[in-house]
Amino acid sequence: MDKKKRRAGFLFVLPWIIGILLFTLIPMIAALYIGFTDWTIIGNAKFIGLKNYQDIFKNEDFYQALWVTVRYAIFAIPLTIITSLVISIFLSKNRKGVGIYRVIYYMPAIVSGVAVAIVFKWILDPTNGLLNSILAIFKIKGPDWLYDANWVLPSYLIMAVWGAGGGILTYLAALKDVPQDLYESASIDGANNLQKIWHITIPMLTPIIFYNLVIGIISAFRKFTDAYVLGGIGKEGNFYMIYLYDRAFSQYEMGYATALAWILFAIILALTLIVNITKKYWVFKAE
Amino acid sequence: MEITLKKPKNIKTKNIIITIVYYFFLSVGALAMLLPFFWMLSTSFKFENEIFAVPIKWFPSKLTNFNFKRALEVQPLFLQMANTFLLALLKIVGEVFVSALIAFGFSRFEFKGKNVLFMILLATMMLPYEVTMIPSFIIWTKLGLTDSYVPLALPAYFGSATFIFFLKMYFETFPKDYEESAIIDGANYFTIFTRIFIPLAKPALITISLWSFMGTWNDLLGQLIYINSESKYTIQLGLSTFSSMTGEVLWGPLMAASAIGLVPVIFILLFAQRYFVEGVKMTGIKG
Repeated sequence: MDKKKRRAGFLFVLPWIIGILLFTLIPMIAALYIGFTDWTIIGNAKFIGLKNYQDIFKNEDFYQALWVTVRYAIFAIPLTIITSLVISIFLSKNRKGVGIYRVIYYMPAIVSGVAVAIVFKWILDPTNGLLNSILAIFKIKGPDWLYDANWVLPSYLIMAVWGAGGGILTYLAALKDVPQDLYESASIDGANNLQKIWHITIPMLTPIIFYNLVIGIISAFRKFTDAYVLGGIGKEGNFYMIYLYDRAFSQYEMGYATALAWILFAIILALTLIVNITKKYWVFKAE
Repeated sequence: MEITLKKPKNIKTKNIIITIVYYFFLSVGALAMLLPFFWMLSTSFKFENEIFAVPIKWFPSKLTNFNFKRALEVQPLFLQMANTFLLALLKIVGEVFVSALIAFGFSRFEFKGKNVLFMILLATMMLPYEVTMIPSFIIWTKLGLTDSYVPLALPAYFGSATFIFFLKMYFETFPKDYEESAIIDGANYFTIFTRIFIPLAKPALITISLWSFMGTWNDLLGQLIYINSESKYTIQLGLSTFSSMTGEVLWGPLMAASAIGLVPVIFILLFAQRYFVEGVKMTGIKG
């Protein structure tokens, strides 16, 4: 009976084991090898050792793509975390009509993809775009956004803040779990609303902030769709994944692109580990 | 009997001011969230001279369906939507059912190596798709299966790590008595799974079906890599091809196309909102 049950359990998870072998393990081993070759999909792969990696670290375009991505991450992650935190605190109040506001704020996070990127490209249009037209009402001459090297990053940040609602649901769920008596005893001690937010709400939310920080790092480094559609003058919109995609699927330099993918993996892994180390200094842990 | 405290007048006025400020900020933010959608719709119904009018016209003075007609001439958007629905459906069937099966195995059985396997599952959730992307592409090319939905849909039939993880946690909230009494009645494990677990987990299954659908609907990179023939184009590919067409940018038709591409997503969000909210609660990301 027990043996039968054990076998049944194994059978249930078997599809996943097969899937991991076929779609993760084999491709990963292949990736390790391909990264050391000069494969161009047609013809045979030649083993060239660490040459791809050496080439990458000598290539200016690589540093450019990395810089575009890192710079975006540095600004976009705190911006979106703060925005969604503030919105969540507002939306956590049980006031009339808050439900509708929740849907509205959450909407941009759900609708992503090419359509939204196209809409933003039109909004950011230097001559007829909505943003510059609104600025013109206030007699301000708006920048050329995606067509001005200094304004490409802000263009992407505007879009990031607009889509910041993704974290709202996680914050709202956590806000519900903050024990109400904490606020009550703080009130008795004479704390005002801002003090309550700073000393109770924010510390209680740090586990969720941590979670969104990790997700934010991963998604910043994997940014593709928006950058593919929006671009940006020169190489200012050349995010890491765009560079990788171009090398792999326009130039067919599979070896080089695979090496790029491993470097990306290493960066994401290192950053996640670093953030994890800092966890004990700022993330609140319930007793 | 109820005891009512009479509030001093200045506190009452203070509360009114707080309420006004609260709704003012919420509404300004909500308008900013909705503005891109409004602008997309407004542009798509305008005649060309109004699209480029200075100063901007917020609403079209006369409605036209020209942009929609033109968009559908440039890209067969309805066919592309049907293709996307087909691909999404193919994926949902596998991803949801098989993930549930695997999650059942992980949550209800003890077998050798289970904990190690589960650790591997968690690790694969962190592994970026980019590393296996290129080798997988090469393998599918060698198998002659590119330019079909097979590379995009088949892996779904081996379960998705995120969904398995999510469902495992969900299944673990079910009391054990259910299946114990079923076993006494002579039911086998598969019957227990289909007759007890599937019906009980319906809300969770709907939630992951929605996630799966959104994932397919908004995915550009995967579809860009694997689909070449225009007859197999998905909505993301149609829209991105449309937006990158050289020559004069057709903002009116482009906005009409984006609007068409967003309709299904917005409908799902409005009607299935509570499943997204439930999903976050069920994942238990509370810290």
